[in-house]
Formats: sequence, C-alpha cells, structure tokens
Amino acid sequence: MRKVLAVAALLLAGCASPAPTGGTGISGQVTVFAAASLTESFRELGAEFEAANPAAMVTFNFAGSSALAQQINQGAPADVFASAAPANMKQVTDTGAVTAAPVTFARNTLQIAVPKGNPGKVTGLADFAKADLKIALCAEQVPCGAAAKKVFEAAKITPAPDTLEQDVKAVLTKVSLGEVDAALVYRTDVHAAGDKVEGEDFAEASGAVNDYPVAPLAKAPNPAAAKAFVDYVRSAKGRKVLSEAGFAAP
Amino acid sequence: MTLHADLRVQRAGFSLHLDLALEPGEVVALLGPNGAGKTTALRALAGLLPGGRVRSGESDWDGLPAEKRPIGVVFQDYLLFAHLTALDNVAFGLRARGTRRTEANAVARRWLDRVGLADLARARPRTLSGGQAQRVALARALATSPELLLLDEPLAALDVSTRLRVRSELGRHLADYPGHTLLVTHDPLDAMVLADRIVILEDGRVVQQGTPRDVVRQPRTDYVAHLVGLNFYRGVASGTEVRLGEGGTLTIAEPAEGPVHVVFPPSAVSLFPSKPAGSPRNTWQAVVSGVEQHAHTTRVDLDGSPAVLADITTATMAELRLQPGTTLWVSLKATEIHTYPR
Amino acid sequence: MRSRLPVVLVLPAVVGLAFLLVPLAGLLIRAPWATLPAQLFSEEVGQALRLSLVCASLATVVCLVLGVPLAWLLARSDLPGRGLLRALVTVPLVLPPVVGGVALLLVLGRRGLIGEHLDQWFGISLPFTTAGVVLAEAFVAMPFLVISVEGALRAADPRYEEAAATLGASRWLTFRRVTLPSIMPGVVAGTVLCWARALGEFGATITFAGNFPGRTTTMPLAVYLALESDPDAAIVLSIVLLFVSVAVLAGLRDRWISA
Repeated sequence: MRKVLAVAALLLAGCASPAPTGGTGISGQVTVFAAASLTESFRELGAEFEAANPAAMVTFNFAGSSALAQQINQGAPADVFASAAPANMKQVTDTGAVTAAPVTFARNTLQIAVPKGNPGKVTGLADFAKADLKIALCAEQVPCGAAAKKVFEAAKITPAPDTLEQDVKAVLTKVSLGEVDAALVYRTDVHAAGDKVEGEDFAEASGAVNDYPVAPLAKAPNPAAAKAFVDYVRSAKGRKVLSEAGFAAP
Repeated sequence: MTLHADLRVQRAGFSLHLDLALEPGEVVALLGPNGAGKTTALRALAGLLPGGRVRSGESDWDGLPAEKRPIGVVFQDYLLFAHLTALDNVAFGLRARGTRRTEANAVARRWLDRVGLADLARARPRTLSGGQAQRVALARALATSPELLLLDEPLAALDVSTRLRVRSELGRHLADYPGHTLLVTHDPLDAMVLADRIVILEDGRVVQQGTPRDVVRQPRTDYVAHLVGLNFYRGVASGTEVRLGEGGTLTIAEPAEGPVHVVFPPSAVSLFPSKPAGSPRNTWQAVVSGVEQHAHTTRVDLDGSPAVLADITTATMAELRLQPGTTLWVSLKATEIHTYPR
Repeated sequence: MRSRLPVVLVLPAVVGLAFLLVPLAGLLIRAPWATLPAQLFSEEVGQALRLSLVCASLATVVCLVLGVPLAWLLARSDLPGRGLLRALVTVPLVLPPVVGGVALLLVLGRRGLIGEHLDQWFGISLPFTTAGVVLAEAFVAMPFLVISVEGALRAADPRYEEAAATLGASRWLTFRRVTLPSIMPGVVAGTVLCWARALGEFGATITFAGNFPGRTTTMPLAVYLALESDPDAAIVLSIVLLFVSVAVLAGLRDRWISA
C-alpha cells in the first residue's frame, strides 16, 4: 500500500510541475466543438493558444451548430462548445451537458454575398425576391437561416431561393463557384471567402444579429484547459482575432 | 442450281483450302479427324467466318453476313433458345425475316408435326430429351426453307441407342429436303448412312471424295482406312510382289506395277501360334500390341513387318490365349489383297 | 438427411446478419410511435417521398438507356483500351459522393465546362433543378448497372447469337430477342441495385442540386435536415424510407429473379 501511495504521489507531482519550457500549467488535449462560421477565426485562436500553452493541443470539430449540439447530447467527448446561436446552446444546457453559464463572446451580422463581379447585379435585399436570379439561403433550422428568416420578415420581403443549404459554408461554396447570384451569409463568411466573394451590407441586417455563446462542458475530459480556452476566447487577444475576422464585439 | 464454294480460311497454324460443289437434293458429308477443319468449313459457308467465295446459281454470297444468307444450321448442341417454347424456336427464323406471327406459327406447327413433335409445341427446350431437341433444331433450321442446310455433328450429343433411331429419321427428312445439304461429322456411320457423297478432309485439305461405297472400298489415307476398319498400306508393286513402305513384302493375286495402295480387311487375316504350312503365301511373325473386344469378334492389333489388324472369333482368342506381348504367326491369302494405283 | 451447417460458417454469418439488422431494429424500437401518424401524412414527408421515388426511377431509366449499351460495348466489342474504359466506368463507385457532386458542378454548373454553354445557348441550367437530382443520382448509380450487365453479357454464350444470325436475325433483333432475355437476371439485379443506390444518394445530390422542398429535397436530404432540429421527425422519415425501399426491393426480387 505504501508503494502505491508513493508511486501515486510521484505521478501527481509530475502532473503539477510546470512544463520544462516554462509557460502556464495548461496541458493535454482540448477538444473544441465550434460552429462552422467560426472555422477560420478559431483556428487562429487555437494556434495562438497553443503558442501560449506549449503543453496543450487544440483539436476542432467544425459543423452546423445544431449537429454539434446533438453530438454533445449523445455523449461525444468535447471540452468546449461555441455555438452560432443561443438556441443551440440551450439544447445542451437543457440536457445538463453544460452546467456553467454560457457567455456571449461575439456577434455576427448577416451580409449579402455575391460572386466576384456581381454578375447578377444585386444591390439589396429586395433582389432576393427576383425569380430569375439564383439565390442560396441557409435552411431555417440552421442559425444563419433563422436569422435570414427574421430579416426577411422584418423587411416584408418573400425570398425566392433555389436552394436551402444545411450549413453556411455550403452556401458560401455555391457563391464562390458562381452557381448562385446572391446569398445571405454572415459577414465573417464573406471575409473568409476572400477574393471570390464580394459582400454587400444592407440596412435591415441590424434587425437580426446572432449572439455567439461559448461554454465549457460539464463532462469535459480536460476541464482546466477547457476553462483556459474559454477565457482566452473572451480575452483581449481573442477579441482581436475575432474582430479581424469580421465579428462584432459582444 | 449447283452451289459452288471455294473456301479459304487462314488461322494461326492452320489453313483451309476446300472447293465444294453441292447439287440440290444431294447430301454431302464432310468427314475428317478432329482438327481437320470441318467445323471451320461449315462456319465459313454459314458466313460466321470470313473466307471464300460462295456462289449459288446467279447470286454471290461473298461478304454477306450470316443473317443475310439463305441458310439453316443445326448445331452440335442444338442451341435452342431456352426462354422460348419449341414452337417459338421453330418460328424464330420466319419471324426474324419478317413473317407475321400467325403465319409463322402456322408454318412452325406444320414443321413440328412433320418431325413428330406436334404435342410438344408449348414445351421449353430444357424439358425436351436429346432426340426431341435435335428434331426441334432440325425443324427450326428447315422452317425458313433455306437453300443450304448445314448440320454440325447433328448426332454427336445423343447416346448410342437414340442415335440409331434418330439417324434413320434424319435420313428420311434429308431425303425430303430439296435444297443443298452439307453434313459435318467425325462418325463414319453417319456419313455412310446419310450421305450421297463423302468428302474426306484432313489438315484443311480434301484427301478423297466419292460415294460412300467408293470411299470404303478404296480408301486413300490411313485415316479413311482406319475409319472404315481396313488394313491399309502404301507400296511399290512389281508383278505379283508388293514391297511395302513400312517394311515387309506381300504377294498379291492380281499383278500390278508401280506405286500402289494395298488394302485388305481384318477378317482376311488368320493367326497361328506357330508357322503354318499350306497355301497362304503371306505369312510373317508379329507381336500382339492391343486387343479390342467387340460383340462377336475380337480385333487384334499386331506389330510386325508389316503391322496388321486381325479380326478373330472369341473362341479362337481364348484358344490362342492372346495378350499383349504374345508372339504369333500371321497368315493372309493373296486373293484377299486388293491393290489400286496411288 | 439433415444438412449440417458448420459452426465455423454459421457463427460469422449470424454476426454479419446481426450487424446489418440490429441498426434497423434500433430505428424501429426507438421510433416515436405516438407522433408517427401525424408525421407520416404531413406535406413535407409526402413531397420528399414522391420526389425520391420519381427521381430514383428516372435515374434508373437513364442508367438503363445508357448503361446497357455501354455494358454491351465493354463486353462484346473489339474496342482498344476496353480495360481502361471499364476501370474508368467504375470510378463513381469509389469516388466519395460529394466529390462526384463537385465534379458535376465543375462541368455542368453555371460556370462549368459544358454548363456554361448550356446556359448561354439554350438557357438550360441544371443545378438546383429536379433534373439535376436525376443526373446526380444517375452518375453515382450507373456503375452498378454497367458492371452487373457486363458480367452477365460476358457469361452469356455467344453461340446462341450465332444461331440467331443463321436464322436471319439482325444484330439488333438478336440483342432484343436472344441476348437480352438470356441476361435478364443480371439486368434485373443491376437495375435493382441502381435504383436502391439512387434512392439513397445524398452527397452528390445536395452538392449539385442543392435543397429545396418539392423540387430537390429527396428523402435522405429531408432526414439530414430534420436531424438538425427534430430528431424524432428524422427517425420517422428514416422508417418511411426503410419500409418503402424494403417493399419495392422485396416485390421486385420475387417477381423477376425467380422467373
């Protein structure tokens, strides 16, 4: 028994001691489930986090927020969940997968996306009702689709979409390939798509702003690192990365 | 209207060179060992293989594919269409050439009646016996009233007892058929019974042709002789002596000169345990190399100068206690030997 | 005499069977039987089901019309490079369906190699249309048909075709009345596989044809989208698709393959 205690003590000591290269005590793998629209920004955040915590390794799972919420509820192992809408975060707090209070860390507004050169000559939201233009929207069940629905209702415009995609990245792909003349996506998506896509602001966008909440999971395998990552996202450095990507501050 | 065919087919390691002239109503049998080119000749005539000129009266069949030639073929395995009834099979050729269904079916029914299978019109090929399938195949080939009927080993797939019966029936149908017929077979009995004329094919070349009687009595090659069961040699005759190519000398009754074929039946050969005395001029020693038992006779294969086939009774066989390796004396009467110029 | 089944074979066979059947049983057990009737007869389900069945059937027709001659070409002609062609024909089988969808977009999309001209000259645009769904499904399903039919053709005895020729049948007539009937089991098997594959296609369809109820939302797409918001609805849709597929496949097998 004493031998076991001795070995256990040694192991614990090893865990508690700081990494040889210095830095914080955060180590191990951190699994982050994040909405698809956070892909580029979070990847950068992850790299910065790893630089600041050399013993830590961040892995991501980017997908539609609703799909992620389902996976978490089914027991997928994750440390952090960053959702594109409060509704999806509610899905996991309802089941108790998240017990900490979620915090809004960014806000995203919609923007009209058109292929480079604006071949469809789209100028505003009203063009979305034109039947002769090819339009792509997110499906209602997805956060960006819900936001789009709110915006159209408020503007009293009935859109005529040709396709309702299941996540915002799929919509963006259709725009960059030039398959559609216009789409409603997040400002951050337009930013991420680079040259192939041009963005147009529209007045009604302020009517539907998406709040992005983030929270560590109750059954996180690495709770210390989970909390550290959430803190990092909310820190000044995190906000900088997010705003460069086009997110608005919370 | 005579049908002329000059068949020339070139294949890897084999070439066929065959000229045929078929008279209407005549049955010509193409007989030969395996690999002789009989089936190749049949396929070339049918248009399934390119190779040669075929002329029938005024029309030229050169370059015509099989479906444009006025032919009917009975294949060795009959090749009846399994998903069609016997009636539909027989009517197939007529309908393929544009005849309306009711008329084609009527003609097919008449043909099935002629071959004695009227009550099997609705049967599927897989339910037919070998003999029945062969008759349906024949009816199918004849239903379109072709100018040329080709039969590829038509009895080969049948067992021996069925073959006897079917052969004679086939003979009757062929006799009724007014067109040209070419029958390909390796069975000499088929040729003898069914054909008006036999053409012997070996290695892609004709080696003999004539009526069955002529061919049997005067075979020109080992194959033919063996086929019809004869002892056959090549030799050089001077007077009543013939020096045989493979060794040995025979005395013959009728004098001859120069290169000759020498022929005598196995039944003319007598065997003795020791050298016989008496009139036979031809006696020599030989060693038994094989014994073939038939119903009433035994055929003995002997090695010697020359090698010879002898037919003896079963009693004699027991008496002489023949087995391979036994040494015997062979005796043969000069009058039984038949020679003809080569 | 009782046939003895060796344990060595029976055990893995049973495991295999369980592997295939237990997930299906799971669907049935977890189904929300209470809400089933309401979901079943809803507009969306009816629409998606109808669209799925129509598109899968049309895609199968396209595959038959193009695939059977292609199979004949691969099996019976003397074309040089047949081996390469055969390998290329099976590419959609191993290609991830989404990749297939992307490829279709690049060729037949509005800015695609061919699609661009179709749009400019004829005003025909295939993405986001029902025709696009049929096309995407045909693309992924055709190899099944071609391989099945080609195999049957190669196994068929060419001597029967010769027999038909000697009876005066043209090549087309021979194909129709002699070859085709003899390879029918292979054709049926290929058609069934093709239809089933087309019915279940998701990746290529959603990439190339997109998603719009009544026009391009097939059952697999409806299931995927329902999963986002209403898992119960997703289960119901899955069960509907399962039953319809099983019914059609079972019905077809009995009628044709036993003949």
